[in-house]
Amino acid sequence: MNYANYIYLIPLLPLLSFLLLGFFGRKYVGTASGWVGVLSLGTSALLSVYTAFSYFFVDGLMDGKYQTIIPVKMEWLRFSETLSIDMGILLDPVSVMMLVVVTFVSLMVHLFSIGYMKGEERYATYFSYLSLFTFSMLGLVLSTNIFQIYMFWELVGVSSYLLIGYYFTKPSAVKASKKAFIVTRFADLGFLIGILILGFSGGSFDFATLIATLTNTQSPELTTMISSSFLGITLLSWALTLVFIGGAGKSAMFPLHIWLPDAMEGPTPVSALIHAATMVVAGVYLVARMFPVFALDPAVMHLITITGITSAVLAAIIACTQTDIKRVLAYSTMSQIGYMMFAMGISGYAFNDTGYTGSLFHLFTHAFFKSLLFLGAGAVIHYVHSNEMKDMGGLRKTMPITHITFLLACLAIAGIPPLAGFFSKEEILLAAWESNKTVYFMALGTSALTAFYMFRLYFSIFWSKEAAHHDNHHGEGTFTMKLPLLLLAGCTIGAGLIPFSNFVTSNNIPEKMELHLLFSIAPVLLAVLAIGIAAMLYKNENDKPDKIASSMNALYRTALNKFYIDEIYLFITKKIIFNLIAKPAAWIDRNIVDGLMNLLGNATIIVSDEAKSVQSGKVQWYALAFLGGILILTVAFIYLY
Amino acid sequence: MTEIPISHMLFVSTALFFIGMYGFFTRRNMITMLMAIELMLNSVNINFVIFNKYLYPDKMDGIFFTIFVITIAAAEAAVAIAIIINLYRSHQSIDVEEADNLKN
Repeated sequence: MNYANYIYLIPLLPLLSFLLLGFFGRKYVGTASGWVGVLSLGTSALLSVYTAFSYFFVDGLMDGKYQTIIPVKMEWLRFSETLSIDMGILLDPVSVMMLVVVTFVSLMVHLFSIGYMKGEERYATYFSYLSLFTFSMLGLVLSTNIFQIYMFWELVGVSSYLLIGYYFTKPSAVKASKKAFIVTRFADLGFLIGILILGFSGGSFDFATLIATLTNTQSPELTTMISSSFLGITLLSWALTLVFIGGAGKSAMFPLHIWLPDAMEGPTPVSALIHAATMVVAGVYLVARMFPVFALDPAVMHLITITGITSAVLAAIIACTQTDIKRVLAYSTMSQIGYMMFAMGISGYAFNDTGYTGSLFHLFTHAFFKSLLFLGAGAVIHYVHSNEMKDMGGLRKTMPITHITFLLACLAIAGIPPLAGFFSKEEILLAAWESNKTVYFMALGTSALTAFYMFRLYFSIFWSKEAAHHDNHHGEGTFTMKLPLLLLAGCTIGAGLIPFSNFVTSNNIPEKMELHLLFSIAPVLLAVLAIGIAAMLYKNENDKPDKIASSMNALYRTALNKFYIDEIYLFITKKIIFNLIAKPAAWIDRNIVDGLMNLLGNATIIVSDEAKSVQSGKVQWYALAFLGGILILTVAFIYLY
Repeated sequence: MTEIPISHMLFVSTALFFIGMYGFFTRRNMITMLMAIELMLNSVNINFVIFNKYLYPDKMDGIFFTIFVITIAAAEAAVAIAIIINLYRSHQSIDVEEADNLKN
């Protein structure tokens, strides 16, 4: 099948709608903007599904292995004989899977936003940003080389910044958007340096070439990268660590996670799309994309594992104490991405394919149930006009569809069979069990915590007290808001049943997926237990939660304040960097650098003041000076020569 | 008829030149200054003719140069007078001391 005929349309259609809505949206398109976005995204999504179908079932499989297909490729910048930056489209199981996830979730979010954003003044601008984001994300997943990924990586960052700061009249939104941009940008600096090291010593930016050269143990590039070292760490480790820092920044891994909870200042559908389902998994995608190279270095894989599991545990603990529903979901996102990361990590150093597949499987299922949770939260916020749990309660009767779909998503994230989250989480836990028992038990504990805080959220929103003040209201939301919830709920039920390892594995050779039912007993029991505890504490309004909180005062406070990580950052930047580095630097700049320039300027002024008095405007003085000059020259010529 | 010695003629031209220069430095009236310049030019012309006659009597270069200088002087006078007229129109005076708007 010829992919080149239509594949480029998938990213270009959102770009087109971005340009259309960005330039003409507010004036000419107006309230139809939403439908323009939905139309272009719908076409993209259909094309993606068609691509996925023909790739996985028609012609992707060749000799028992999924081929990497590059239907479009052109040279963009050439540096030397061997090194160039290309632009192209790459199809392999991971990118095709991501293509479907991104277009589908984006379509759902577009659809939901039509109702959610109704009446906003910058309605068209919102949809144009959304399209820009989708374009960048599609470009990112389809990239053929690491430099192209970097460009789209930054574009994704920009659109995330624009959307977090969408309500730019709110100071907190402005702060949050700046924070997100600066933190991820800081991480991307590491990414860029990593790319340059890889490109310089690996000899190529192209994924396929890079992987082929570096996995070949005889290649001179690999030998140089392993033998040369800086500060006692090999060049390969440096490059991979730096690339991973970029990924950790985007994926909100500890300790670069601080921007994600604040990013919830953006409109809720945006959080569903960018900060739950697609952009934040870019880090996992990056590691997956370069997996064979990462697998060369067990040390980096250990680092990834530790970062992943730390983030998972930390975020889960914090999520139990937050009261803003979007923040709870944000921490739960971070926790789930932590799962994906450590699965990648253990898969890398233990040569355990389950981890890789499990990680991407979890990415796939998580995208559906997490965006469903966020859209459900969006519907609730739309209804209640508040983010705080205490303003909600008893909504199960007034919002039946939201209630059911939210419950399904909660069950899925808690890992209750047979919903999507169960299968992917089981696979990750299995991988952890096989390679690292410590990680396994931490992950198991996190899984129970996940079930607890999700049901704390669920009961606080839909049960707890009776619904009070919402009688004079417009109901649950428009049809366009309910439809995405239902469709995503369908995916949440069905996505787990896909035999994922038939499609995505680290070496692209399909494998049979095995389910270990006995193994699943512990996690499921723990999850059910956690749900039971949550039900006991939060199903009816009572003072038990407060009592528990006060009995564990120190821990509760620390978790409520997010382990003071923001404060540590502030301390480091404001106290240490500002006082010890920035202030002396500013002093040198003001007094020495500026002083030198001022000296030059003042000296020029003084000299020119003197010089300009010669210009008296008296013609005869000029003539006299002229004569004097000639006389002096004459004397000089006569007596000196 | 006895030849006039070259020193006499050079003396005349030098005298003429310094009279012109004195006029140029002391007069404030621009027309007078213009006339002083003409004096200086003419002293130069005399020099050209003298040296042509005494050093290279078989050549005409000096004489041509003199004619050339006279032509230029005529053009220069025309331009200078145009400038003076314009100056008079704007300043109501042709005193050089007053035409110092470009000072400093």
